Amino acid sequence: MSEYTFRIWRGDSASGEFVDYQTEVDDGMVVLDVLHRIQAEQAGDMALRWNCKAGKCGSCGMEVNGKPKLACMTRMNTYLEEDVITVQPLKTFPVIKDLVCDVSWNYDQNLKIRPFKPGPADSDGRYRMSQKDVDRVQEFRKCIECYLCQDVCHVLRDHKRTDVFVGPRFMIRAASLDMHPLDVEDRIPDIRDELGSGYCNITRCCTDVCPENISITDNAIIPLKERVADRYYDPIIWLNNKVSGLFQNGSKT
Amino acid sequence: MNADISEIQTFDHDVVVIGAGGAGLRAAIECSAQGLNTGMICKSLLGKAHTVMAEGGVAASLGHTDQRDNWKVHFRDTIRGGKFLNQWRMAELHAQHAADRVRELEEWGAVFDRTPDGYINQRPFGGHRYPRLAHTGDRTGLEIIRTLQDYGIHQGIHVHQECTGLKLLKDSGRISGVLGYWRDTGRFVLFRTKAVIMSTGGAGKIWRVTSNSWEYTGDGIEMAYSAGAELIDMEFAQFHPTGMIWPISVRGILVTEGVRGEGGVLLNSENERFMFNYTPDRFKEETADSPEEAQRWLDGDASARRPPELLTRDVVAKSIMKEVEAGRGSPHGGAYLDIASRRDGEYIKRKLPSMYHQFKELAEVDITKERMEVGPTLHYMMGGIAVDGDTQMTAVPGLFACGECTGGMHGANRLGGNSLSDLLVFGWLAGKGAKDYVGQLSRPLQIVPEHIEEARREAVAPLNIEGGENPYLLHEELQNIMNDVNIVRTADGLKRAIESLQKLKPRVANIYAAGSSQYNPGWNQALSMRPMVMVAEAVARAALIREESRGAHTRLDFEGEREEWGNINVMMCQNADGSMDIRKVQRDVPPDHLAEIAYANLEDLEGGLHV
Repeated sequence: MSEYTFRIWRGDSASGEFVDYQTEVDDGMVVLDVLHRIQAEQAGDMALRWNCKAGKCGSCGMEVNGKPKLACMTRMNTYLEEDVITVQPLKTFPVIKDLVCDVSWNYDQNLKIRPFKPGPADSDGRYRMSQKDVDRVQEFRKCIECYLCQDVCHVLRDHKRTDVFVGPRFMIRAASLDMHPLDVEDRIPDIRDELGSGYCNITRCCTDVCPENISITDNAIIPLKERVADRYYDPIIWLNNKVSGLFQNGSKT
Repeated sequence: MNADISEIQTFDHDVVVIGAGGAGLRAAIECSAQGLNTGMICKSLLGKAHTVMAEGGVAASLGHTDQRDNWKVHFRDTIRGGKFLNQWRMAELHAQHAADRVRELEEWGAVFDRTPDGYINQRPFGGHRYPRLAHTGDRTGLEIIRTLQDYGIHQGIHVHQECTGLKLLKDSGRISGVLGYWRDTGRFVLFRTKAVIMSTGGAGKIWRVTSNSWEYTGDGIEMAYSAGAELIDMEFAQFHPTGMIWPISVRGILVTEGVRGEGGVLLNSENERFMFNYTPDRFKEETADSPEEAQRWLDGDASARRPPELLTRDVVAKSIMKEVEAGRGSPHGGAYLDIASRRDGEYIKRKLPSMYHQFKELAEVDITKERMEVGPTLHYMMGGIAVDGDTQMTAVPGLFACGECTGGMHGANRLGGNSLSDLLVFGWLAGKGAKDYVGQLSRPLQIVPEHIEEARREAVAPLNIEGGENPYLLHEELQNIMNDVNIVRTADGLKRAIESLQKLKPRVANIYAAGSSQYNPGWNQALSMRPMVMVAEAVARAALIREESRGAHTRLDFEGEREEWGNINVMMCQNADGSMDIRKVQRDVPPDHLAEIAYANLEDLEGGLHV
């Protein structure tokens, strides 16, 4: 057992400050355990979100020593006893209280994505997909919606362009639908216009912080950007669209 | 009394679903599909409920990996796993409809693992005769809740997040509303509604070692009980045999049964595969009796019987405990679970990615190379709110319930994988039940302001009792008391627990939560103490009255199943004076067609259709 200092942001949307707490830390503890101990012994009204405490629900995202982390998966033995451990809420979203912020914007983004639309089933009423084809989608579906990727995305965090870009989480959601073997919906125009795929400049910060190790940038965002480019910017396809467009116009008149 | 409720924020719905795990989401989707104005409230953010923690899979007799499977075998397995105490009609509906509900999820975008010919793959699990669990690696619950969430948000459901239900409101006996509060502001909110569907899950947090999160405090069970609903078989609480036990801070976190389904074995400190010594007579015919036969089963030999590690959870949990008692436990008081020597590293990482990640990150154990240390953890409550099997309505008109907060479906022990299928089937049926009920209501319902005033006064009390008890420490005391209502029980221990709970009650009424009502976990914890104590008392009293050992309920002073108890359900309700009424109720004789299946030989059912 050893004693650590935690410097925790306490406050609400109007004002706040960092408050120091000294606390005992036992072997094997994670940051969330320590926060719970502080809550039980010193700060009963300290707000934080958590649920599963096993890295599966994505509730306890916060910034520990400036890095976005799941508190339940961040082991105390990665820090030195003499270091002060600073804990604060995710910076990209408005604070409600203490370590809890308002992430409702994310739920609004999800609504912008057209839902899954399966094609017809086989003649026996069932669907067939090969494991190889679903592997790619399953990677994206591991997402636990912790929003750490949203927190570090420059477009959202620094440039505050929440009005034009849905962020990495919803790019992988779009990818999980667009690459779903059964799905027949066309989302390419939306991915460009509504979801803002062009705003991502591929710095891979989102991928670096993903606790599920999803290759957000390489496997989801870049392929979506390519699909958009193929549709709108490929010169041959562009020409083809023009020509067939002329032909269609011609046949209509 | 000056009861003015006009200043309380108010919403009007046809139905309010309380709880947004798999059961609540499935119920809300059905309500909306039936044309009801549907509200849903949840204590956490949408998509974070405990369903995300379900790992191994959803049980349904799709017959993709073994064509001999059908609903009757699933029904038989469920009844036998439940030690013949299940509600017959619920077990029947569950087995019949699970497969359709799973296929429906696929139409809504769920991506389950595939068989080589492209169908939904199914994995073996404890107590299931055939590989029956549709799964997505070891994160099936996440796949299901996300599918329901992403489908549900486009169905016109009004989701009220981070909102806690406090009290059900009634108008001459019928449900007419719900009072709750927003967690972020602490302000009260009123939902006027014609029906309520309770889907709040269990109450695992009354025990110290549990796989459950903070949300599982039994509030739905308490709200229903206080409103006049009956509870059934509260003594049956499932201890999952394999929770993490080291380091201490992760104690209780679930290790999926899928590890054993994929071939993992349990070993004691002498490296003995001890489960061969614990096969109950009832399952001897269907269980391998040697490591050689178990190996043939793993290699796909259809004539080999299942390994004993896949016996039902009650059996495996108790076996681990007995090994520990006999001095053959692992260093931290459990058993070893070994998959490393059974499967190659890549296979383990592909089929059990969360387990690999969880042990690596939290315990610094590489499960592809080392053994895990595991022990029993409180995981699920078989007991709960009693409902009508067809409509899911409780004894209170307009109050429905589905999922873990209900009782009866699983009898004395739930089979792994039967919870995800339970919540799909009964969420769906509860939605239909609510629609039928709302459709036949003939007069408008009233809210009685005094009922709200009383609940509000009670709720804000902890903010004003300076010098009162610390809610967190009181919770720890409750968990200590429940050590007497654990995996094994005695009359003395249970009486001691009941007495201690009586002494705890006045202290719960004297809790002090410092700070304001705005996003205040101390206050939230204070408000969840009363439901937890109520459920704890129900479990202890039911456990005391059932003088036998059956399924998950083990009495050291009454060993083994007693025939006379095989026909008894323990029912509870609240007396007018607030005390707990407890009754032994004779079970209905099963309909012939179900009794025939339950007692049939497997050969008769596998052949299929003549039963």
